[in-house]
Amino acid sequence: MSKCCCSSKDDHKESILQDYVKNKDIMCGKEHKKEISRFKYFGIALLASAIWTGLYSVLVPASQWITYGILELSHGTPVADSVEFFIYDTSKILMLLVFMVYLIGWLRAGLHVERVRTYLAGKGRGIGYLLGAGFGSITPFCSCSSIPLFLGFTMARIPIGITMSFLITSPLINEIAVVLLWGLLGWKVTAIYITIGVFAGVLGGIVMDAIKAERWLQPFILHAIKNEPTSQASGFEPQANNISLMDRHEFAYSEAKNIFQRVWLWVLFGVGLGAALHGFVPQEWFAENLGAGQWWSVPLAVAVGIPLYTNVTGIIPIMESLLMKGLPLGTTLAFCMSTVAASLPEVIMLKQVMRWKFVAIFLGMLLIIFTLVGWFFNAMSGAIL
Amino acid sequence: MIIKVLGPGCLKCKEAESIVNAAVKESNIDAAVEKITDFKEMMALGIMSTPAVIVDDKIMCTGRVPSKAEVIKWITGGTS
Repeated sequence: MSKCCCSSKDDHKESILQDYVKNKDIMCGKEHKKEISRFKYFGIALLASAIWTGLYSVLVPASQWITYGILELSHGTPVADSVEFFIYDTSKILMLLVFMVYLIGWLRAGLHVERVRTYLAGKGRGIGYLLGAGFGSITPFCSCSSIPLFLGFTMARIPIGITMSFLITSPLINEIAVVLLWGLLGWKVTAIYITIGVFAGVLGGIVMDAIKAERWLQPFILHAIKNEPTSQASGFEPQANNISLMDRHEFAYSEAKNIFQRVWLWVLFGVGLGAALHGFVPQEWFAENLGAGQWWSVPLAVAVGIPLYTNVTGIIPIMESLLMKGLPLGTTLAFCMSTVAASLPEVIMLKQVMRWKFVAIFLGMLLIIFTLVGWFFNAMSGAIL
Repeated sequence: MIIKVLGPGCLKCKEAESIVNAAVKESNIDAAVEKITDFKEMMALGIMSTPAVIVDDKIMCTGRVPSKAEVIKWITGGTS
């Protein structure tokens, strides 16, 4: 496979064109073993969505029927409240999860970080931050990929700020986070969460460029950048680009299956905890016992959250319980985002490509951004929830 | 035949390695499977997302765990 240079905008356009032509060639030459007609596929999809919608719309009566009809619990008791909440919430979230993951998987089949890099390499800074953060939120990558990815972006001469936008947003936002937030806390909090996630990425990127953070990369990277006149693409066109309907379906299906297998237990556990609180703990427990909204509680929550390691799937059920106990929205958001965005293991990995100063600035910046976010939403929470 | 599996050693990378090993065994091919965990080497090979599989200097997949059937197809030259 030929190498293509992506150092200038014109080259970039050309390489996309070459990619496209190549992909078309592959597409035509490919054996379509089990292709399905468009008509049939969308017919089945429509039927499946109808069944899904039907099921989804009877969740409330169904969970009430199980609680009061089958289990014969009496109305108004804490146990009945908890059980109804648990059945309704878990089935709702799992249904949403399957639907959303399939849909997003379908849409992003064929989207690879290699392509994102090629695309970003041709963009100016202004729009680049937003695109970097946007791609960060929809591109999946294994968390331990962050170093090779960082190097790959840097070697393609993508400005450090755009790379940071991508890296900050990526762990914060993904489809599981969106589903869990939507199911547990409603669309308003979800929209706020996504907006802040992208905002944090964009702001972080701008700051990193403004202070010329690339000065503090490890010397071997700076050396490599200097000695390689043009960035080289990997000479690799991901095979999933020749995507047929069936390929898309297979990718989306396996995503939905994998993610479901990975998180269903978390959902049961998280909602179980939430359900217990829902039935048994008074709403304002937290506020009454710890006092809500002192200004220092936000930076403290962030400082505690940064070294902690968890992923977004684990933190959202905890977020729900914290909010239910009356912890203010801003403090909760700040705490949860900081546990997800950075962690001690990640810092140790980043140290391999960044000097201490860079790492320290990165963490300090997250602390400031999440603290500001926390203060802002504590002040606004009355209007939101 | 040289097969390289790249990844710093997270769960997904280990899964990819064991799938490649199983595929080699199943297809009775004489191949050496190498595990690459050094990210400088990954950079040199142009890999940005792991796990990745390289068969005889050709990048076959990045950023995902391949299926066993896929790997068998790669190493037997697509005759399966």
